[in-house]
Amino acid sequence: MMAEIALYAGAVLLLSGALFSLIAALGVLRLPDLYTRMHAASKAGAVGGGMILLAVALVSFDGAITVRALIGIAFLLLTTPVAAHLLARAHYQSGGRPAQITVSNDLDIVNKAGRDN
Amino acid sequence: MNFALLTIVLALLWAALTGSFSGPNLLLGAVIALAALLLLRGRIGQPSGLRRVLPAVLLAVVFLYELLLSAIKVALVVMAPNLRAQLRPAIVAVPLTVKSDLEITLLANLITLTPGTLSIDVSDDKSVLYVHVLMLEDRAKLISGIAEGFEKRIMAVFA
Amino acid sequence: MSGAEAIATASLIALVLLGAGLLLSTIRIIIGPTVADRVLALDLLTTVALGFVGALTIRTGFTLYLDIAIALGLLGFLATVAFARYILVRSRPVAEQSNQEQAP
Repeated sequence: MMAEIALYAGAVLLLSGALFSLIAALGVLRLPDLYTRMHAASKAGAVGGGMILLAVALVSFDGAITVRALIGIAFLLLTTPVAAHLLARAHYQSGGRPAQITVSNDLDIVNKAGRDN
Repeated sequence: MNFALLTIVLALLWAALTGSFSGPNLLLGAVIALAALLLLRGRIGQPSGLRRVLPAVLLAVVFLYELLLSAIKVALVVMAPNLRAQLRPAIVAVPLTVKSDLEITLLANLITLTPGTLSIDVSDDKSVLYVHVLMLEDRAKLISGIAEGFEKRIMAVFA
Repeated sequence: MSGAEAIATASLIALVLLGAGLLLSTIRIIIGPTVADRVLALDLLTTVALGFVGALTIRTGFTLYLDIAIALGLLGFLATVAFARYILVRSRPVAEQSNQEQAP
């Protein structure tokens, strides 16, 4: 009975994880600049991958596999924001500016002040 | 002391990851952990003051909930037909109260994975965090939200 | 529908969705426009591929695939960090670099 419930929960998690991954890819394609794309890639992407790994943990119904899948989720959640942060910082410092649609930019003021000194 | 404890923890993690707790495998994990720690020695700061377990667990639970919420929010925005009308992106300077590198790193990473925000840079004097916002509504509300939310919880864990 | 059937159907649909995700991120890798955009799309491609391998693990019941998925996730992170470093270093003019080295 427990195994059966785990299978159903795993199926739901698998489907939602795949859907989030697809939406992340769609977001990276549709959004206007790197910074907004990063929102889609880092959040929806990490949740999508994490949900699928969680589905693996549930469906396998095996201690060793579950532990491995959970460690995989932990790695994913630890590495995704670091990678996104590094890439955003590198892009900004190499001159990548946000799209026209952006309403305000506090970093811009700082950089201008720095140049005047 | 702390070094030895870290080695043991990493060796156990290795054994769990490779799925075998046999003697030789644990030894191999310890050797790899030791090598990694030797490479990183001097870069690992003081042993962190992780004494309060309950706030840490609470932080993890709140974080997972917010992560799910943020993914759903981003998904709704991405799938909206009038995408550009929904967006109000902005880069906002958020003053920091937490001071240590570890706390700032943790806060920056939590911010990246929570609704509508993404950390881009930290000022050189570590006093300001620059955050990219997907849909800016109220600047003051955003700043106080971070200070009252995650920053407070992080301080509760490391205090 | 029994649990096993549900899993079989769900994993098939998931593989199709993930395949579409792989395709969409590949388009962003091709059109760019900046290097950082391409690196971001590549990072997402690895994450979606991780999910794809995970779905395969469930569909085939071959748990060795899980190790591949985890290794892929870690590899994607390292690649992104290396690319970010490359973008940062490449953007700095030589004069500015020597200035930074003199600074304390």
